[in-house]
Amino acid sequence: MEIDPFIFRLSIFILSIFIGYYVVWSVTPSLHTPLMSVTNAISSVIIVGAIIAGLAGNSDTIFNTSSIFGFLAISLAAINIFGGFLVTQRMLAMYKKKKKDK
Amino acid sequence: MLSANLSAIFYLISGILFILALRGLSSPETSRQGNFFGILGMIIAITVTFLSIGNFSTGFVVVLIFLLIGGLIGAFIAYKIPMTAMPELVAGFHSLVGLAAVFVAIAAFLNPEAFNLGSPGNIKLGSLIEMSIGAAVGAITFSGSIIAFLKLQGIMSGSPITFKGQHPLNALILISIIVLTYLLCSTQSSNLFWILLAVSFLIGFLLIIPIGGADMPVVISMLNSYSGWAAAGIGFTLENTALIITGALVGSSGAILSYIMCKGMNRSFFNVILGGFGATEQSTGEKNKEQRPVKSGNADDAAFLMKNASSVIIVPGYGMAVAQAQHALREMVDTLKKNDIKVSYAIHPVAGRMPGHMNVLLAEANVPYDEVFELEEINNDFANADVAFVIGANDVTNPVAKTDPQSPIYGMPVLDVEKCKSVLFVKRSLSPGYAGIDNDLFYKENTLMLFADAKKMTEDITKNL
Repeated sequence: MEIDPFIFRLSIFILSIFIGYYVVWSVTPSLHTPLMSVTNAISSVIIVGAIIAGLAGNSDTIFNTSSIFGFLAISLAAINIFGGFLVTQRMLAMYKKKKKDK
Repeated sequence: MLSANLSAIFYLISGILFILALRGLSSPETSRQGNFFGILGMIIAITVTFLSIGNFSTGFVVVLIFLLIGGLIGAFIAYKIPMTAMPELVAGFHSLVGLAAVFVAIAAFLNPEAFNLGSPGNIKLGSLIEMSIGAAVGAITFSGSIIAFLKLQGIMSGSPITFKGQHPLNALILISIIVLTYLLCSTQSSNLFWILLAVSFLIGFLLIIPIGGADMPVVISMLNSYSGWAAAGIGFTLENTALIITGALVGSSGAILSYIMCKGMNRSFFNVILGGFGATEQSTGEKNKEQRPVKSGNADDAAFLMKNASSVIIVPGYGMAVAQAQHALREMVDTLKKNDIKVSYAIHPVAGRMPGHMNVLLAEANVPYDEVFELEEINNDFANADVAFVIGANDVTNPVAKTDPQSPIYGMPVLDVEKCKSVLFVKRSLSPGYAGIDNDLFYKENTLMLFADAKKMTEDITKNL
């Protein structure tokens, strides 16, 4: 009997939920806002699906209904990726420790 | 062209980098490195996708153009956005993830060959189920986040919108989503797919309108979670490990944040979701209308009290963000420190409009993060402090939560501000906070009310110090 590959993906999914659970509990509460903006950025890895859809058309028909949705999704996800990582970077750069000499 | 196995390994690596990105946030020192891991993971995922398709014709250029357009818009927003507007920004970003998930699902439904999912009208059953879930959750995330965005931005009223038969209607729609998914899978009809999407957009909208402004921290966290599950649903459809791992991470992250926020308000998750918080509290608010005496003072009095204190605890809240008073506050604290007064900040879990919002604002005003404490860390210190300076916070300091079982906020963890020798409360008027209840702290013997705009008052105090 062969195992359906779906089961493997499901295993990865469930194990990742557990990893997420433990990793997120260890995030310090003062960084919860950057946590939200960075999770925003990484969930936009959905862009890989958008790229596949966008490149699906052959060379004479780059623009069909399916690939247009792909292109739009690429832009949406890209806003999130750049916006999410950069705004996180901007926030994290502000967190400073007390200066010793004060 | 990259082999399928090799690209799967690269996707796994980018998934692991995303885990490390979240792990880095366990302390501010490691967080910047964590963000770098996240960026690296994203670059790997995108590069591998291009290489595995191996199509570098005109389509590739078009993809790059769209990527660049989005990237420029995103970068522009990231640099321009004021820190006080973070909740709106995050809500807006959630809606984009949701919509992107919907678009990818539509693309996959229309052109399943591109994703190896079968042919139109004959899509593999498992993929179709995964696709429907991803699309439905994505649509709910999108419309829900739009409502959250409008409420946070103040375009839409923050008060809950409720009507008769709301819950049965929502239940009916949720059931219809399940029925539609079932029918869609058995008939493969594209009409049903569009109806499913429309109904999901509608339910996202209906689910968020009854939730009041004060519950926005829960809503934002919840939508964060939804955007993760939508990504995971699409990840299953595309059989992409990076997407499945990320979806699970983001989904559980949002769920944990929602839980922390609910606990900070001592409310159950369902209580928040079912909404209508503000509506039920009106009656209790009116009951206590009798005038009670308050002591009010000016900047001079406040400066006098603080000058003679040896330790001061500052309690910031959303009002500080509204008045943009964080920089003025930091200047006041600098002056206090010059007079050898010990200053620390106390932050309630639900202060602000999203988790951790106050911390970011204080960090922006150059407050060192090791002077900022969470509720459990600092609550015992109030009894030993001379002055508590409450600026823009209200319900989270209300002692009623500990004393009056009748109160709607009874049992909510609050900051023990009243234990301080004296309390300075900066507020525009005596009006109640978002929970719609009177704050007992206003009428305490040791409380001095400072009626003014938070920023102006803070500046005046600094002048008088």
